[in-house]
Amino acid sequence: MSNTLLDVRAVSKNYGSFALRDVSFSIPKGYIMGLIGPNGAGKTTLIHLILNLLRRDSGEILVFGMDNIADDSAIKQQVGVVFDSVPYVEDWKVKDVGKAMSLFYDGWNQSRFLELAEKFRLDMGKKVKELSRGMQTKLMLACALAHEAKLLILDEPTSGMDPVARDELMDMLRQYIADGEKSVLFSTHITSDLERAADFITYIRNGQLFFTGPTDEFLDEWRLLKGGRNDLTNELREKIVGLREHHAGFDGLVKAKDFPVPPDGCVLDQASIEDIMLYTAKEAMPS
Amino acid sequence: MTVPDRQEDKVKIIISNSSPLPIYEQIKQQVKAAILAGELKENEPLPSLRELAKDLKISVLTTMRAYNELEQEGFVTSIQGKGYYVMPRGSQLMQEQFLREVERALEEAVKAAALANISGEQLMEMLKLLLEVE
Repeated sequence: MSNTLLDVRAVSKNYGSFALRDVSFSIPKGYIMGLIGPNGAGKTTLIHLILNLLRRDSGEILVFGMDNIADDSAIKQQVGVVFDSVPYVEDWKVKDVGKAMSLFYDGWNQSRFLELAEKFRLDMGKKVKELSRGMQTKLMLACALAHEAKLLILDEPTSGMDPVARDELMDMLRQYIADGEKSVLFSTHITSDLERAADFITYIRNGQLFFTGPTDEFLDEWRLLKGGRNDLTNELREKIVGLREHHAGFDGLVKAKDFPVPPDGCVLDQASIEDIMLYTAKEAMPS
Repeated sequence: MTVPDRQEDKVKIIISNSSPLPIYEQIKQQVKAAILAGELKENEPLPSLRELAKDLKISVLTTMRAYNELEQEGFVTSIQGKGYYVMPRGSQLMQEQFLREVERALEEAVKAAALANISGEQLMEMLKLLLEVE
């Protein structure tokens, strides 16, 4: 098998009111990719297309080198999924969820499931609906990790978690890919989770691919420019993305290559993933 | 929490969030410092790339960039499937690095001497004495 675990090629899906257009990216074996974008950008649609829960209009999606529609059942055996809400019957107890999963997955490892449940402090006798949001996520994660999945796909897993639980989750993901054989696709709008953990970033905006590549490259491409009102020339204005003018000055995003040194009176700062997302999302909005 | 010692646990690497340097550069500098200080000796392994990423809570690609650049600069060499090792000291590049290190130190000494009004002859005398002690 090649080194690519997930290969999304020119995928489109049209809903009428919303369209995902011509999105391509791929994840090599052994890495974490963060999928980012504002709400409604198409992250969940994309994940549902990958998981064959939605039919694409055009394009191609290969998981482990296999077509995600033709080889759906073979692929599902080796993909672990964590959604933003539990897909299990709410009245099931945690141990029943384990039992149901063991019937579905050939590679189910019951002792691994019990071990993870203990590590996550999941109560086997509790019902799914009695678990907190964070605990439900941990249950999905335990199921995903107990069937020896080679690819983990997580849709907004951290949104209901406190910082401690988020840190634990990120550690677990790093541990998961540490042997270099498995990968993670992780959608989130809490970009601070990704800043250090994600090897790659795929940024979707208005249903279109804005960037896909190494996180370092993404961060290196942009800078935050700040200055006073008088420093803002027309020439400068043209180069700024998401310009924000206020009484004391202005700020906005610029390409690092356009500004090897800051213009007179201005300051150039490193931009975070969140900065880049905020300013570029602002630019895309109709004013 | 204590962790078991491993052979490659000799390098101390601290990532600072407030440093203006990117993370990969921080790793590079600290590995270089460890090599130049002799804490990491020739042919010794660097921490495993993936283990280091996990321990420092940083991405694998960031660590890889640091290691690749160290390799390009001639400090370490990678052995397919095994990991990264410190290049023998005799390697040309390493020698140059040492030379630069010595030059920098001597420059410092000359500057300090000028500030303190110490003549060139006196400085040479001091160096001779130091060499004898060594």
